[in-house]
Amino acid sequence: MADPMRVRAQETGGIVDVKVLMKHDMETGQRKDSAGKTIPAHYITTITATYKGKQVFLGEFGPAVSKDPFLNFKFKGGAKGEEVTITWVDNKNDNRTDKAKIS
Amino acid sequence: MKKAISSALLVSFSMAAGFAMAQSATDDIAKYREMIADGNPAELYEAAGEDIWAKPMGPKNVSLQKCDLGLGPGVVKGASAQLPRYFKDTNKVQDLESRIITCMERLQGYDAKEIINAGFEKGKRKDVEAVVAYVVTASKGMKINVPMKHPKEKEMYAMGEKAFFFQGGPMDFACASCHAEDGKRIRLQDLPNITEQKGAALGYGYWPAYRVSSGNFWTMQRRLNDCYRQQRFPEPIYTSDVTIALSVYMGVKAKDGVIHTPGLKR
Repeated sequence: MADPMRVRAQETGGIVDVKVLMKHDMETGQRKDSAGKTIPAHYITTITATYKGKQVFLGEFGPAVSKDPFLNFKFKGGAKGEEVTITWVDNKNDNRTDKAKIS
Repeated sequence: MKKAISSALLVSFSMAAGFAMAQSATDDIAKYREMIADGNPAELYEAAGEDIWAKPMGPKNVSLQKCDLGLGPGVVKGASAQLPRYFKDTNKVQDLESRIITCMERLQGYDAKEIINAGFEKGKRKDVEAVVAYVVTASKGMKINVPMKHPKEKEMYAMGEKAFFFQGGPMDFACASCHAEDGKRIRLQDLPNITEQKGAALGYGYWPAYRVSSGNFWTMQRRLNDCYRQQRFPEPIYTSDVTIALSVYMGVKAKDGVIHTPGLKR
């Protein structure tokens, strides 16, 4: 199973600042291991953020995104005490969902 | 004559430009660090370590919550600020990693040799590294306070100093070759002068750290292991006396420096 993310969300003046730290190898499929065999590609393809059931962010990631990616975005209309849900899906169809309360 | 003057001018000009460039390059690194400081992936290791600390595991199926890191059983806050130090029960000066291994062996029943012989990020060693991330985060913002009261601690300090200045290997190198003078640089990284408090605090206060270039968390043992690799010395044994002695030397030198662990390094 995928490792947990760290999600932080902070509201100021109606704008929620969301910071997400994901644990993922983000293998490009271009690298070789010590035996010379290609390491198969393994990376996050989509990441979505939902607030009260409504999608507020959609990102399409690819092999060019770094290992253990960090994402920072803002959206309007969030309130303190409510939850933001982050979900990523990778090219092996593995996924992970974490939530954070807006502070 | 006139020509000579103008070329002399040219030389001083280009020197100034070179200096300015070097300055801005290190500034850019500082800027880059600031940008990524918000998302230090070491936090992910810290979270994993916190779980491992509290979860019953091993042949005896107990957690590490009774582990004494020097401030009493189970005390994590501030523990890494006063390590390495002398421990009565093992009659040894231990750093954070060797102490965690002692706890895993005595409390949980793991085989210490197995952890020591495993590579970095391999087997149970991986759990040690995660626990390190958890423990060092709990000392963030505190002051480095490595003790030097017990005779064994003094002995380790002296050994660490000796190891620091010991020159050898195929390249005739010592730690001191790079870290005993102010203003040295390797490519764009400023090298701290570890023989002085300020430099020692800069080095000792920021490790263990997440290393961006390799994309993983490095403990102090791993950092020292790599120092020896860069000097082309034989690989030191994990948690061996010489590695702990070097930590004692740096930690004592860095006294009262602020702890920024887990750091974020290139």
